[in-house]
Amino acid sequence: MVGIVSYGIYIPRYRLDRKQAFQSIGWLNPSTAAYAKGEKAVANYDEDSITMATEACMNCIRDRDQSHIEGLYFASTTMPYKERQNSVIIATALNLPEDIRTADFSSGLRSATTALLNSIDTVKAGSSKDILICSSDERLGKMGTTDEMLFGDAACALLIGSEDVIAEFKGSYSLSLDFVDYHRGSISRYERSWEERWIRDEGLNKIIPSTIRGLLNRFNLRIENFSKILISLPFPMPPKRMAKIIKTDPEVLEDTMITQIGYTGSPHPLLMLVKALEDSRPGDRLLLLSIGNGSDAMIFEVKDKIRDLRKDMDFKRFLKRKTSLSYEKYTVFKSLAQADLGLRAEEDIWTRWSFMWRNRKTILGLVGSRCKVCHTPQYPPQHVCVNPDCGAIDQMEEYPFSYRRGRIFNYTADMLAASIDPPAIHGQIDFEGGGRYWFDFTDCALDELRVGMRVRMSFRKKYYDEKRDIYGYFWKAVPEKEG
Amino acid sequence: MAEGIRDKVAILGMGCTRFGERWDVNGEDLILEAFLECIEDAGIDRKEIQAAWWGCHFDQVNFGKAAVPLSTTLKLPFIPVTRVENWCATGTEAFRGACYAVASGAYDIALALGAEKLKDTGYAGLPGGGNVSQLTAMIKPNYTAPAGFALLATRYMSKYNIPAKDLKRAMAHISVKSHANGFLNPKAHLRRKITEEDVLNAPMVAWPLGLYDCCGVSDGAAAAIVTTPEIARSLKKDIVLVKALQISVTSGEEAAYTKWDGSYIMTTTHAAKKAYEEAGIKDPREELDILELHDCFSITELSTYEDIGISPRGKAIKDILDGFFDLDGKIPCQTDGGLKCFGHPIGASGLRMLYEVYNQLLGRCGERQLKDPRLGLTHNLGGLPSASVCSIAILGRD
Repeated sequence: MVGIVSYGIYIPRYRLDRKQAFQSIGWLNPSTAAYAKGEKAVANYDEDSITMATEACMNCIRDRDQSHIEGLYFASTTMPYKERQNSVIIATALNLPEDIRTADFSSGLRSATTALLNSIDTVKAGSSKDILICSSDERLGKMGTTDEMLFGDAACALLIGSEDVIAEFKGSYSLSLDFVDYHRGSISRYERSWEERWIRDEGLNKIIPSTIRGLLNRFNLRIENFSKILISLPFPMPPKRMAKIIKTDPEVLEDTMITQIGYTGSPHPLLMLVKALEDSRPGDRLLLLSIGNGSDAMIFEVKDKIRDLRKDMDFKRFLKRKTSLSYEKYTVFKSLAQADLGLRAEEDIWTRWSFMWRNRKTILGLVGSRCKVCHTPQYPPQHVCVNPDCGAIDQMEEYPFSYRRGRIFNYTADMLAASIDPPAIHGQIDFEGGGRYWFDFTDCALDELRVGMRVRMSFRKKYYDEKRDIYGYFWKAVPEKEG
Repeated sequence: MAEGIRDKVAILGMGCTRFGERWDVNGEDLILEAFLECIEDAGIDRKEIQAAWWGCHFDQVNFGKAAVPLSTTLKLPFIPVTRVENWCATGTEAFRGACYAVASGAYDIALALGAEKLKDTGYAGLPGGGNVSQLTAMIKPNYTAPAGFALLATRYMSKYNIPAKDLKRAMAHISVKSHANGFLNPKAHLRRKITEEDVLNAPMVAWPLGLYDCCGVSDGAAAAIVTTPEIARSLKKDIVLVKALQISVTSGEEAAYTKWDGSYIMTTTHAAKKAYEEAGIKDPREELDILELHDCFSITELSTYEDIGISPRGKAIKDILDGFFDLDGKIPCQTDGGLKCFGHPIGASGLRMLYEVYNQLLGRCGERQLKDPRLGLTHNLGGLPSASVCSIAILGRD
């Protein structure tokens, strides 16, 4: 039996209120009023598709035996690097073994389901035990567009394997069509989309039913055989209308979550799948359908093992954990408007690849060392033990910190440091089990902080070197409100 | 058993530029300005200097590397010149080099000169970047100096359970006192009296440190010529001797080991203990007459009162509010205005502190002159509370 073994999602903390966005920019394109409802999830300025996917992966494999993971696939249309495999960066951040297969699936909004189908085939073929797949996007619409209103940022990860399966893969059907609803050339930052009525009438209304028809015919099933139907629509559509098109009961159609988080691009079908799995019972049969230059339709059957899977960071938690972001700040976070960060921000940061290679575990993986004599964890890794009563030399073993919780030892809010979101908040963290280091804090405000408050570690974009087009990554502390 | 350098070195002369935003001069001009006063005070010929130590931290802003900026500016005739750099403690480090050279008997007369020309960066605060290891650059948080010291304030409040407003008031008193002293000093950068309200209402720089909790950034240079006590006595009536000169450098414990409680500065406690031993001081609160502390931020001065054993742990606030460190207090501190009013041209600061103590001991300080001081201490701190370098010097009248 091959299927989903575990899942993890990630929804960034910020929400843009669409009504507020419309009040700010609606004058440019009054027709966007039709979408000025609800909110969309927005990545923080230090997040991108790599960091959000890493978060989702951590939520997927935290507290699990990771020794069976033999591959990591990453799907996104907004990968930071065109050349330098993005999935390898994620695998290194996750501190996965180096003898695994990694791959980037890109350039189509179906890329996540394509990665999913490929991972299932790889496991089925016996080439790998478990494969971790993840997907994330942060697509940009130009200011004042429908795309800007609708697109949200998020990530999802699934662990695919053949043991402890919670949702078995039962089959798929794909259509590959050069139907260009959205496109971005290799040098464009912004989305360009064709007329919405054409996308709907000539695209969705025809491609969706014919994909479903193909799937049902291939497996000799009827639409009534499904307890939940998940269609990853790029814009809101009344369930009744879609139900009529695919000839089903509107009750079985799952919500697209566009009003809550927006249309998140590649990861969207996976997020809908996880949302459905969170309230599924053993025996439920799900139909998942992704759209993007064609369509992938897949069948999953929920298994008994789903009862054993508990996730702290579920949809409920992520949807509750939110902070509103003004449209003005949104334009700065997304570099839609050029904000002045002062001369201090002009400092040159050199990324020295030979150095990065030697220190990849320390920097990308947050791996420190622990003294085998006195058991003191330390970061960054040391040769001579930092415990003054020990001082053992070269008695260290690797010690990863990324999944460890810590407590705020001290903190401040720096108005002088150049930051897109001043003040720059940072402080020393004491890790549970030992070890101390000084980190940037993110996703928090000064007035919420207290000495002793709990933090978790989050992989973030540390800098962008504009001159050399290099994204630098490291870990930040995210304070967690108790209870 | 090593016996230290107590009473083995005398200061023959000192010089110090006016500190400030010296838009009018280059770094080399500052070197010359400090040197000319120093050599005149020493009363010797430039050619009698046998060796020199040059202190400069931000070499990338103006001077460049090596000891050459000092030797070529003064046209020192092919004598040994050494550049030292030890973060913000660089000035005292240059002085230490010169003193050790004389104490060892290697040279009779040595020069220490520190300078920094910072105000060519185009922005407020210290120059950023380029001064950390490659690993640190990749993993350090996005911080500036005031934030590094604000962390000390967070811990101090947390350890002693002090409300932010009480700590802020004590820190305000520190800055008001230094401004009152700096007002009397023609060489200070900031010569303006301020009130506690000014401090408390100032904009925040790095919570809980506001604008007046932070020292200025300025250009300046200071110099000392040192020699043996015998030579000094043969040339001068009143002699200032080096009683102790100690430095302590972090082992990395504060940053990575969880035992340090973050409310004080470990290197200062180590350096002070050793300096008192070297100088033979048993009770610093009773024996010292003047303090020049590294008040880069008001919280640093507050914690240092305890770290050098003047105020009991957790009790500095009481001494501060009692006026213990004011110009008319028991042990006046920052009688020249401190870093608060002089600003902090890194390489010069340690020597600028020594310049004030030296002049106080010789009774040359005019309006701010203390009554008959015999023993003074300078404290020059580099780095941040979690990773620091601390130099402590004790000077005494012969």
